[in-house]
Amino acid sequence: MLRTRFLAALSVVASASLAAPSLALADEISPALFTANNVWMMLAAALVFVMHLGFAMVESGLTRAKNTTNILFKNTFIICAGILTYFIVGFNLMYPGDFGGFLGFAGFGLSAGFAEGANTPGYAGGGYTYWTDFLFQAMFAATAATIVSGAVAERIKLGSFMIFSAIFVALVYPIAGSWKWGGGFLDAAGFYDFAGSTLVHSVGGWGALMGAMILGPRLGKYAKDGRLMPIPGSSMPLTTVGVFLLWLGWFGFNGGSVLSADPTLTSFTLVTTCLAAASGGIGAMIAYAFVSSKPDLSMALNGILAGLVGITAGADVINPNMAILVGMIAGMLVVGSVLLFDKIKIDDPVGAISVHLTCGIWGTLAVGLFSTNPEHSLLTQAYGVLCYGLFTVVCASAIFLTLKATLGLRVTEEEELEGLDLSEHGMHAYDLAGSPGFMEDGPPGFRATGALAASKLAPSEN
Amino acid sequence: MKKIEAIIKPFKLDDAKEGLAKAGIQGLTVSEVKGFGRQKGHTELYRGAEYVVDFLPKLKLEIVVADDQAEKVVVALQEACQTGKIGDGKIFVLPVEDAVRIRTGEHGDAAVDAG
Repeated sequence: MLRTRFLAALSVVASASLAAPSLALADEISPALFTANNVWMMLAAALVFVMHLGFAMVESGLTRAKNTTNILFKNTFIICAGILTYFIVGFNLMYPGDFGGFLGFAGFGLSAGFAEGANTPGYAGGGYTYWTDFLFQAMFAATAATIVSGAVAERIKLGSFMIFSAIFVALVYPIAGSWKWGGGFLDAAGFYDFAGSTLVHSVGGWGALMGAMILGPRLGKYAKDGRLMPIPGSSMPLTTVGVFLLWLGWFGFNGGSVLSADPTLTSFTLVTTCLAAASGGIGAMIAYAFVSSKPDLSMALNGILAGLVGITAGADVINPNMAILVGMIAGMLVVGSVLLFDKIKIDDPVGAISVHLTCGIWGTLAVGLFSTNPEHSLLTQAYGVLCYGLFTVVCASAIFLTLKATLGLRVTEEEELEGLDLSEHGMHAYDLAGSPGFMEDGPPGFRATGALAASKLAPSEN
Repeated sequence: MKKIEAIIKPFKLDDAKEGLAKAGIQGLTVSEVKGFGRQKGHTELYRGAEYVVDFLPKLKLEIVVADDQAEKVVVALQEACQTGKIGDGKIFVLPVEDAVRIRTGEHGDAAVDAG
């Protein structure tokens, strides 16, 4: 079973003058090269995994301390649910082999990994084994759902979010992904998305937009007269740690999307990725200077992510000079986009819609403008953006609206004011009362109720 | 006895402590407080929007001394914590009925006496 994504990468290697084709036919791949390729792909999977820590830190940092446990719980659930649902259905929905181009399914689980040749160079041109393939793609899948988490933070019901993200990562992301990376109709149409500006980031971004719109803004974000009231995040250091971890993870996200350790193409991709990240940060700083005389760290950090998302669609086909431009424009776009969404009362606490949707679309279109491959066209790229937008908007809003009508989507006003840590978890993220040591009767100011945690927690009693 | 309560700028704590030590005062209690006076709040920025912080962080010092020491403490604090700009804070002097040193059970001036 050959991955068309791999074939696409190969054809780029062959056609782009900047990369010398080092991967030829599978039977020419030596065991040593196969091992080296596979090691890089496993490392790339591990780097993409680190991005989930990055998301968790960014989201914790840009929201209030009374919702931190809730944010972290959602991130914890997504990576667990994402990997498991990708095992059950996702992988085989996204890469169904030969299919009609819209929807295919190659069966449950990973039994194909035991088939003859699934872990030989013949499987994917010597790039990686079946098992590595699953691992790398599973890490990607959870990313799309995590993007939604930030935009709906501080007000969504935990249970409803868990149901949404499980469906989103199990069905919506892989079906959409199959259209391009699985060899579906958009792949046939010549649409290009190297590592997922659209397939991962825009898909997550559209979900985030639908979630934020259907939920409405957080209490206190807009005054009665409609004035914007900022809700500052709880920790700039955590936000910074998160963004730097995401940047680190992107070495695997884009570098692994070469689908081998091809020396030229992999290093080229890492260079364009880093250039775009750096110019994204600078772009956001410049753009924000037109808004305020005092630089905003959170915007500069959003700019880095914007640059990364922007270059992701074309990291292997956009030259360094143009990669800087793509990142710079993405960094400027993200500032304008954050201010615009604030203005039209779509409340996105972490800027996820601006980073992943706005810049995901920009990056996808940028392939049409700057690709070194003459077969890539702006029109086809726009067609792809449109198809993914329509599908994800319909799916995400259907799930969100169904949940709203049944379980309810938003916590009560009282719970939101108290914070989701207490109302949803009965637990603080930070021990504000100090850290008491062991005492026979419990620490001062606390009293044991004698009840097990399974009994209903009544947080207001504390 | 008198209790002197001073609301000061947070970065003036070390100066206040040194001033008090020079005046022979050995103990004080510090708490982090928030409030505003004539200085009002100040403006902060977050992601392109301005907001006003009404309550500014300050420190509250509490010192209890014998009556004849009070003026000395007030002068020391006033000199140590003054920047001349709005927002320097206030000093309050209150009467205290009694004090007990928990370790020994001493009452009154003996309980707060530095010696």
